[in-house]
Amino acid sequence: MLDLGSFTKVALFGGTYNNWIALEATVADAKARGAQAIVFLGDAGGFGPHPNRTVERLRNLPIHSIQGNYDDSVGNSLEDCQCGYVDPRDNQFAQISYDYTLQNTHADHRRWLRALPTRGRLQVGDKKVLLCHGSPRRVNEFLWESTTPAGFIEHLCNTEDADLIACTHTGIHWERRLEDGRGVLNVGAIGRPPNDGQREVWYSMLELDRDRVRSTFVPVSYDWKRLAAEMDAEGLPAEFSATIRTGWWTTCLEILPGRERARGRF
Amino acid sequence: MRLSAEEEASVQSARPRLELPFLYLDTLWLQVTGTICNIACRHCFISCGPKVDKHKMMSRKLCRESMRDAVRKGVREIWFTGGEPFLHEQILEILDDALALAPVGVLSNGMLITPELAEALGERFRTAPYNLEIRISLDGPDEESNDRIRGNGVFEATCRGIRNLAKAGVELIVAVSVLDDNEPDRERFMELLRELGVPRPRVKWIPVFRIGREAGRQRSYEPWEVLAAEDLAVEDAAVRLMCGTGRTVTSEGVFPCPILINEPAFRMGDSLEQARGSAPVDHPACSTCWQESFSCST
Repeated sequence: MLDLGSFTKVALFGGTYNNWIALEATVADAKARGAQAIVFLGDAGGFGPHPNRTVERLRNLPIHSIQGNYDDSVGNSLEDCQCGYVDPRDNQFAQISYDYTLQNTHADHRRWLRALPTRGRLQVGDKKVLLCHGSPRRVNEFLWESTTPAGFIEHLCNTEDADLIACTHTGIHWERRLEDGRGVLNVGAIGRPPNDGQREVWYSMLELDRDRVRSTFVPVSYDWKRLAAEMDAEGLPAEFSATIRTGWWTTCLEILPGRERARGRF
Repeated sequence: MRLSAEEEASVQSARPRLELPFLYLDTLWLQVTGTICNIACRHCFISCGPKVDKHKMMSRKLCRESMRDAVRKGVREIWFTGGEPFLHEQILEILDDALALAPVGVLSNGMLITPELAEALGERFRTAPYNLEIRISLDGPDEESNDRIRGNGVFEATCRGIRNLAKAGVELIVAVSVLDDNEPDRERFMELLRELGVPRPRVKWIPVFRIGREAGRQRSYEPWEVLAAEDLAVEDAAVRLMCGTGRTVTSEGVFPCPILINEPAFRMGDSLEQARGSAPVDHPACSTCWQESFSCST
């Protein structure tokens, strides 16, 4: 368990998916806004180009990292990404993405990914924040906004002795608070836009606000044209770079609950 | 020494059952219309039909009590099945009770979904606090292949229901039984759904369970088709089988899953509290779930 200590302002992001350009932009933005710590909640690889560029930055920039399912897979050279897709088309694209990342991640970076902690804690004021990738229970459990009810959140907060549970894994950011202020914050992903038809990616800022932890979702603009061109040059599927260019997800859609699926184009 | 049949039965019943530890209650299943259905499919593993009331309709009160209890236990999702859930006179009120608490799924044959009902579901899909999944069973992409299993006229009525749902903006899923060993032609289902106005079609394959009417249609399970203790000696066993994280409530009690509600030896008690222990997984149908990594939820 990674224990980061206490802060009044913390930036949290997830899912870089090899988008090293958005990673640089996110860290610069978080620093400029005065974040005292920057935390990555896992899934360095997949989807984008040149995996080493992302891992190098995660290791060398002032970032604390938690392991995602993708990092566990790449770190241990497993056969697939453990994303849990059920649809054959999704699995086909996921495998292309995973094989590319695994083949192009340096052995030393794989060792680093393998050794990452799977959970962490920090405090904002006296509020306890649990850091995880999917859910506190399973690294690849999806916590979507429309399928994570209040009663379940209360149960998780009680079980984990946490005021706030911060996670990622779904690629779409959202937050739900209980009446007593406890809750779940899905910080989203900076590797690709959240299926909203825009090109910005999103991270989250946590800030002490009197005795509460206030969270803000922050959009980040980055050189998406350069990223998409690098993806094409690497021979990655055109469906992937189309997402970067248009902001709509084109693959791995079967995991979306109906409510979230209906917001997208595909 | 040769045992008499009676002695053999006694030895069998004394043998410890194979069980799966219960992790937590993620999924609550409500057999809201019991085994009462408007059709009688040839592969139905609980042999539902218009006159089959082995499990009766659940009252709104029983549904509410079960749901409240499940919420106290941290439930993630509530699913309604039967029988045909839309035969229940208070189904919309019951769905509203559920949607105030958790995301909800409904398994239906779609035949009773009129434009008015579809509108009511569409409104809830858009505005309820949580997700509403409507899953429609369809076992063939054309009348001939579907109706030989589900009955005459079913294909047309189901397609009408799907069209109504799509028009009302409900993001539906279609569940397709894998009736023989070959997976059905996915693209033909996708084409059909697009023709019916579903903009982003989703399909889920359902394996056949060789019990109930299905046992007579093709074959029942062979004695060797059961799980062994060593099968379950893997880290994710309790997540891989839905009875590790779910329970089913019917008018007749609580069961590990919706598949085994007609098996008295698998009844776990009168309440969710009583059903918190390990679930028996020594039924041959459990081996189907295990091999297919199958969960009734989506």
